[in-house]
Amino acid sequence: MSHSTASTDTDPGAGAGTRTGEPLVRLSHVDKHFGDLHVLKDINLEVSAGEVVIVIGPSGSGKSTLCRAINRLEAIDSGEITVDGKVLPKEGRALAKLRADVGMVFQSFNLFAHKSVLQNVTLGPMRVRGASKKKAEERAMELLNRVGVGNQAHKLPAQLSGGQQQRVAIARALAMDPKVMLFDEPTSALDPEMINEVLDTMVSLAKAGMTMVVVTHEMGFARRAADRVVFMADGAIVEESTPEEFFTNPRSDRAKDFLGKVLGH
Amino acid sequence: MSEYLSDYASLLSQYDVLGAFWVNIQLTFWAAIGSMVLGSVLALMRISPPASMRAVGAAYVTLIRNTPLTIILVFLVLGVWSQLTISFTDDFNQNFFIYAVIGLSIYHAAFVCEAIRSGVNTVPAGQAEAARAIGLSFLPAARLIIFPQALRGAITPLGNTLIALTKNTTVAAAASVTEISALMKTMIEFRPDVIIAVFLTVALGFVIIVIPVGLLTTWLSQKLAVKR
Repeated sequence: MSHSTASTDTDPGAGAGTRTGEPLVRLSHVDKHFGDLHVLKDINLEVSAGEVVIVIGPSGSGKSTLCRAINRLEAIDSGEITVDGKVLPKEGRALAKLRADVGMVFQSFNLFAHKSVLQNVTLGPMRVRGASKKKAEERAMELLNRVGVGNQAHKLPAQLSGGQQQRVAIARALAMDPKVMLFDEPTSALDPEMINEVLDTMVSLAKAGMTMVVVTHEMGFARRAADRVVFMADGAIVEESTPEEFFTNPRSDRAKDFLGKVLGH
Repeated sequence: MSEYLSDYASLLSQYDVLGAFWVNIQLTFWAAIGSMVLGSVLALMRISPPASMRAVGAAYVTLIRNTPLTIILVFLVLGVWSQLTISFTDDFNQNFFIYAVIGLSIYHAAFVCEAIRSGVNTVPAGQAEAARAIGLSFLPAARLIIFPQALRGAITPLGNTLIALTKNTTVAAAASVTEISALMKTMIEFRPDVIIAVFLTVALGFVIIVIPVGLLTTWLSQKLAVKR
């Protein structure tokens, strides 16, 4: 899938303001342990601006931890992660500033339960970016309409279906004009009939040129939207290739075994 | 019987029972505000990222929660006021009142802190993660996302603390504040003829003050519950 024609409409400009010639996200020799468990083993990964990288693998393979490490919701033990050329700060204001540039969508949506849908989307732009209420609301309504939940703006998150909540969560992340979007199993908590509405939103985002790292179990989506598939098992990246190559001709036995199980029926 | 009642009636005209209860209500009001502010700051410290802040918050709670309120109030009056001669106002009685409010606030802040912390535990971890993910640092995330939800989950334990505070205002007698328990002591001393009625009056007075607090917190905790 080519993204050369991207960013011609009102979509958030992927790679806007990013440096050229350098990967937008780079992980080098990243290691992490949870106690005795070695969850990330010498991870090396580069994501270029406009690229859609999809991370798949069996449960417990470290996919989510990898995704969460990119905006330091999980601290790493060793190695280095850079976003837009800057090494992830350890904590404090600098880290908050960097996180504002990295959109995150969670498995369990995590919408602010005591705030309306509209307030969920305007909170970041107003409190972090210093946008005026009017501007933030205009932009929020534009994004909510784009993900198809504009008519729900004044409801509380609990009044929405799972699919609608997840689309609000995507709008909330987009409202910060992120350089890259991280998706941590965004459809795993959804009822089957709601999965497609979220995947469709993500596909249109990918087509618009957004840089995305997506952890998912949706193989059809991976095939449709990925520029590159990263296959993880037991904390390590086992295989990295184009979706076509990966799904039709996996190289490693681990990937063959995994695909045999998930594509078997 | 009618003689007892008329004796009791003369007691009420002799002593300002309502005025004394009013002092307890005022103590409750100001100490509730004081302990809420201090307790919130302590709770903030106890959930903050720096380990040193968490340690200070935990030390405060451990020390103060396990110290009898009487000791704290007597220390303030005999130690801080009498020994160190620190006064807030020239008005003698007003000064003791302020000391009592400070002592009650210091003591109950430890309980308020723990009540809020139990409320924080009702907020799913994902709320804080989402707040951090959009670039909010600790204080804004706590103020805008965590505390508003935590307080709703903490209403019942906070209500219990408020009830305890209301009744603990009687300890202010130890700080020479002429509230209801100090007046009760005087009434017992000078009117032992109606001693049972004196006890019942004071007990009933507190029941009347405390019942609305319980009703209010139950109503609030239902009304403000965060829908998930």
